[in-house]
Amino acid sequence: MAHEATMSPLAHADDHGGEHHHETPNVFGFWLYLMTDCILFGSIFAAFAVLRNQYAGGPSGKELFDLTNVGIETAILLFSSITYGFASLNALAKNKTMVLLWLAVTFVLGASFVGLELNEFSSMIAEGNGPDRSAFLSAFFTLVGTHGLHVTCGLIWMVVLMVQMMGPQDLSERMMNKLACLSLFWHFLDIVWICVFSFVYLAGVM
Amino acid sequence: MLGKLSLSAIPLDVPILVGTFLGVAVIGLAVLGAVTYYGKWGYLWRDWLTTVDHKRLAVMYIILAIVMLFRGFADAIMMRTQLALAYKGNPGYLPPHHYDQIFSAHGTIMIFFMAMAFMTGLMNLVVPLQIGARDVAFPFLNSLSFYMTLVGALLINISLFIGEFAQCGWLVYPPLSEMQFSPGVGVDYYIWAVQISGVGTLLTGVNFFTTIVKMRAPGMGWMQMPVFTWTAFCTTVLIMVSFPVLTVTLALLSLDRYLGMHFFTNDAGGNVMLYLSMIWTWGHPEVYILVIPAFGVFSEVTATFSQKPLFGYKTMVYATCSIMVLSFVVWVHHFFTMGAGANVNTFFGIMTMIIAVPTGVKIFNWLFTMYKGRVEFTAPMHWTLGFMITFSIGGMTGVMMAMPAADWILHNSLFLIAHFHNVIIGGVYFGYIAGMGFWFPKAFGFKLNEAWGKRAFWCWFVGFYLAFIPLYVLGLEGMTRRMNHYDNPDWYPWMLVAEVGAIVIACGIVCQLTQLYVSIRDRNLPENLDLTGDPWNGRTLEWSISSPPPAYNFAVIPDIHGLDTFHTEKQLGLKAHGKPLAPIHMPKNTSAGVFIGLFSFILGFASIWYIWWLAAIGLIGIVATMILRSANRDVDYYVPVSEIEHNEEVYSRRIAAAQAAE
Repeated sequence: MAHEATMSPLAHADDHGGEHHHETPNVFGFWLYLMTDCILFGSIFAAFAVLRNQYAGGPSGKELFDLTNVGIETAILLFSSITYGFASLNALAKNKTMVLLWLAVTFVLGASFVGLELNEFSSMIAEGNGPDRSAFLSAFFTLVGTHGLHVTCGLIWMVVLMVQMMGPQDLSERMMNKLACLSLFWHFLDIVWICVFSFVYLAGVM
Repeated sequence: MLGKLSLSAIPLDVPILVGTFLGVAVIGLAVLGAVTYYGKWGYLWRDWLTTVDHKRLAVMYIILAIVMLFRGFADAIMMRTQLALAYKGNPGYLPPHHYDQIFSAHGTIMIFFMAMAFMTGLMNLVVPLQIGARDVAFPFLNSLSFYMTLVGALLINISLFIGEFAQCGWLVYPPLSEMQFSPGVGVDYYIWAVQISGVGTLLTGVNFFTTIVKMRAPGMGWMQMPVFTWTAFCTTVLIMVSFPVLTVTLALLSLDRYLGMHFFTNDAGGNVMLYLSMIWTWGHPEVYILVIPAFGVFSEVTATFSQKPLFGYKTMVYATCSIMVLSFVVWVHHFFTMGAGANVNTFFGIMTMIIAVPTGVKIFNWLFTMYKGRVEFTAPMHWTLGFMITFSIGGMTGVMMAMPAADWILHNSLFLIAHFHNVIIGGVYFGYIAGMGFWFPKAFGFKLNEAWGKRAFWCWFVGFYLAFIPLYVLGLEGMTRRMNHYDNPDWYPWMLVAEVGAIVIACGIVCQLTQLYVSIRDRNLPENLDLTGDPWNGRTLEWSISSPPPAYNFAVIPDIHGLDTFHTEKQLGLKAHGKPLAPIHMPKNTSAGVFIGLFSFILGFASIWYIWWLAAIGLIGIVATMILRSANRDVDYYVPVSEIEHNEEVYSRRIAAAQAAE
């Protein structure tokens, strides 16, 4: 969305100056957005930390969490970061078919992650342990759900980019920027998930 | 089908609201009729509503801020009048249900839609011009931010006529704001209005941070940046760090209200103090988000009208940055009475007092800038001087309340109300009005009327003291805030004085309107026209181009050699540039911001009233518009050299005419 031409000559000099490739304002701006997203997650983590022992007579994490399921989710999501990496490499090599293929694989992995999470949520709710049961469960569902919502947005974004890539945008400079932003987003969600896995699930079961 | 919405949601039984509605409807229809009559819809759509030009967005932001000032002030004078009447046997004219909505709306509107909109407007107008940029980094996001702010403002004002507004103060503390105690739609109006405008603010933060980091003219290092740009930079940092916390806090409250969760409820393990801690983690930086750019305005105004470089530029920058950092470690002073214990309160008390140090550095810098300067007492300079006195007093009462022991007595009393109005009116509002007077000629090509500007200042200045010094006294006498009625005979006379103060401030607002009217009427008088683009003998880059500037701002991007390069070159008689012209790459206007705004409005309104099918339409509309926008490849154009040459020639002819007139 940034217009390079409204950028000053200084920025241009930056872009073309060195051998190594400087990030464009889009990617820089997106980095900033991710940092604000990081604070958003940080706030929810803080709320979770305050409320994590407020069971209100309801079940604790130890009784609820199925580490096998969570382990599979984690493996799927981490693996999807690798497959996205393959898509990025192929984009640099201008191999569009392979980009589409790896994005499709990433999409399937991401969608399975969301599916497993929804499955976990629905079985908890069916047992009467929904987010309205206790403050602990409110914080749990909100934290994990916010991450899931982000992954879902990432999946929609991925489809949009795949469709656009097949159209006239091809692997243009603009598309490469978009792929770079989504890549940052996707890896960022991985990092957040590692925190969720450690502080919510592992610490909850220990 | 329509959720909670029914005809009974329209408050036909409250004569004040019916009257207001008729007034708004008449004015609205008159404006729409005038636009239609003069056939200006196309012009309005092409040149304003779909614009991505930061200067035009700035004008729209400031118009929004002024309209919201009227709304917020109407609330203020209604409260003062209620308290001037509601003594002993007289219940006043506002029942508690209505009064509580008014004080909640007053704070919310003044902070989020008056001050924030004004601040963003000034940043939009000035920052790209001061750093020698042709636009912001993300022009489309800039337009989107404006519409998010506008939609928030619309939602909060619609609550006047459809349904009700929150009755639990401007930060809607739970548990009062929970479903159990506020089952109506008031809190939902609050949540959606603030959330939607908060998205806009966050995007503005990212946008301007990127602009300042990436788009400065060649040679402009960090320490060559004008002070206003520095303050804008610090504000964007504060926005990016604090607004996500606000988003989360209000989202958690919404989850409590909409999905029956237990973050802040009294039962099932909810924690009310968590809300307070989180909301003030945003709330305290927020007041610095507002006041730091005002400090920037005062710095520019003082240096320009004292005809001297700013005293202590570097200390000013360091002071601003220290305030930026310190603003994150003081939030507990908003609830010393929570019972966090002596150690915690002591820490936050001391940190709060420490903020007075960099602020004091700034005050002395401004004073030393004026010292031995040839000070021109223009209207912006009046506001600046008024600020230095008023803000210093407000700062001192702030340090008083920073002592936890004193705060234990003053907490939630009118003393607190007097304190924050003292710093927000005296600091933020005076600053923005000074900035508006200072940069008005840059935006429109003619100056604001000086006489009416000074009259407005004196009314505001005197009115402020009449209205708020009594509140300090009342606070010390034990009167708490948000009271609808009282019996204490000692309070009554002070309340009458405060009412007089509010009326004097009203005169100030009338003077400001008159100032606008007179200035527009006399805009073509030679003494009002700004032909040179540099009406005040300015120091920074925005004065090196014509007023109003062309869409691309700078025909040639200037080279910067130091602080105030423009002023130095002007004194040495150097020509600003002799570089060859080249076609300029510019962003095209887009209606995507308008549509995303429209769908956000639908989403917000429908969610407030539980009309879920409509909310889904809003959400899908937002996503679809974003996807369409991202598929659009026709987003830019080139300004041909012939057009730039033409503009430059008109500009030099105007300068020549101005020189001939002298």
